[in-house]
Amino acid sequence: MRAAYLRAGNRPSRRRRETRLLTSPIVWVGLLFAALLLRMAALRPVLHRAFPGVSPVIYDRASFVELFLDHLQLVAIACLAASVLGVSLAVFVTRPAGRDFRTLVELVAAVGQTFPPVAVLAIAVPLIGFGARPTVIALFIYGLLPIIDNAVAGLEGVSPAVRDAADGMGLSPWQRLYAVELPLAGPVILAGIRVSVAIAIGTATIGSTVGALTLGTPMFDGLVADNLPFVIEGAVLVALFAILTDMLFAVLDRRLRRHLPG
Amino acid sequence: MIALDHVTKRYDGRAVVDDLTLEIAAGELCVLLGSSGCGKSTTLRMINRLVTADAGTIRVGGDDVTRLPAEMLRRRIGYAIQSTGLFPHWNVADNIATVPRLLKWPAARVGARVDELLALLRLDPGAYRGKFPHQLSGGEQQRVGVARALAADPELLLMDEPFAAVDPITRDALQGELARIHRTTQKTIVFVTHDIEEALRLATSIAIMERGRIAQFGTPVELLEHPASDFVSDFVGRQGLGLKLLSVRRVADRVRHGESAAGEPLAADASLRDALSAMAQRRTDRLPVADAAGQALGIITLPDLVR
Repeated sequence: MRAAYLRAGNRPSRRRRETRLLTSPIVWVGLLFAALLLRMAALRPVLHRAFPGVSPVIYDRASFVELFLDHLQLVAIACLAASVLGVSLAVFVTRPAGRDFRTLVELVAAVGQTFPPVAVLAIAVPLIGFGARPTVIALFIYGLLPIIDNAVAGLEGVSPAVRDAADGMGLSPWQRLYAVELPLAGPVILAGIRVSVAIAIGTATIGSTVGALTLGTPMFDGLVADNLPFVIEGAVLVALFAILTDMLFAVLDRRLRRHLPG
Repeated sequence: MIALDHVTKRYDGRAVVDDLTLEIAAGELCVLLGSSGCGKSTTLRMINRLVTADAGTIRVGGDDVTRLPAEMLRRRIGYAIQSTGLFPHWNVADNIATVPRLLKWPAARVGARVDELLALLRLDPGAYRGKFPHQLSGGEQQRVGVARALAADPELLLMDEPFAAVDPITRDALQGELARIHRTTQKTIVFVTHDIEEALRLATSIAIMERGRIAQFGTPVELLEHPASDFVSDFVGRQGLGLKLLSVRRVADRVRHGESAAGEPLAADASLRDALSAMAQRRTDRLPVADAAGQALGIITLPDLVR
């Protein structure tokens, strides 16, 4: 009886899945975000009335879709690189061979986070020029610490009994890592990546000051031209982007935890 | 089956296992018994090389354990521990299938073996296969842990205080299961515990350990009747020694064949202690005895217990 109930809980019927999809806030936030990206111009009459004397009220130097895709690309490249390097370093320092490097790695990552991203941009621009690249570097450096910290905590959190059993069964160190430790540490590792991505989405906007195209570009252009509607448009889109991404991470988190206790 | 020859393990210069020599024959259920820190777990873990010996040689089935790749060695040896170490993200069937899959058994054979083992541990395969460890009670988890250790039909089973963390009633049931599995499979088992009662109940031989050395190695009866030192007498307990002796002797050895008595028969493999308890409870000095099939064998009387 209990088993049947639990199975039903894990695998809802198609109908229940559909209902859940419609009531899920993620769909509505996604639709709102897409609508604003594609059809911001529909708000022109509203904005005209709210900000009389400002013209134009809709940002028109680049399409919002284009800005979003560039923004997404910056965040994706920086966070993907930070995740790969961060998790690899965490794996390394939690192996017997790398244990001695743990303090060093954590220290370097912590120092990386104490640099304000603006300072990283200021240093990077003279070295590699304007554009997207200094922004990616700043986001990468800034995002590394939460990923390393969480991945180390996640891997260390795997119960010693489970590790002992894995060794005792005859799993190779590599099998133990990918079949046991990484899946069990998965939710904690993901939490680190989630923080890092959230920071990156917000921080990427300042890349606009060094020539990267992001959803921050309308904000900075608006500030320079004293055009408040531009600022609001950029800010609302960045906020929705961040909220939507966080919701997607929540779904992923539930999926990773599906078969874990607690 | 297992031969430890002058084995030593040091941690920070202190010998945890000190020049230990021990030979365990095939089919034995050998209990390594001692208080915490005596080196019994370290000894066990050197057999499957979770700990490497600093000196001496260990052979399993004639092979020097250091000559085999550690993973190959461990897949030949079942391993069960106190906290079970079940993989929390895998269901019962996947947990039990760990070693068979490492050995690349075909899926059909793995599935059949999982069901066979669940049945052996008295867990209904249909109900338990798909459950996750956190959905099981402590006793059920431990049953799955034992099933997993037995999965690839290893020649040798290592068990490190497997029943220490479960409640007394569950522990009693699990000990019964292990005794039954040992009788039916005749596997060599090395079993670590600090519990003298558990050792007396399960062991065919006991190695009492004291500070990394073997204080005495022998059958339960030998240990009780001829303790080699004060340490051994203290450990097996001077109090209630007679009752412990009764608990390691079987009714089958004292049966008067051809006689009969009234009442519920005792099982032939029950201990003399069980017989004494039944006599006291039923206010009688003679009880009928039957074999496992329920066939009457004879009787046992009160004087037979102390003969």
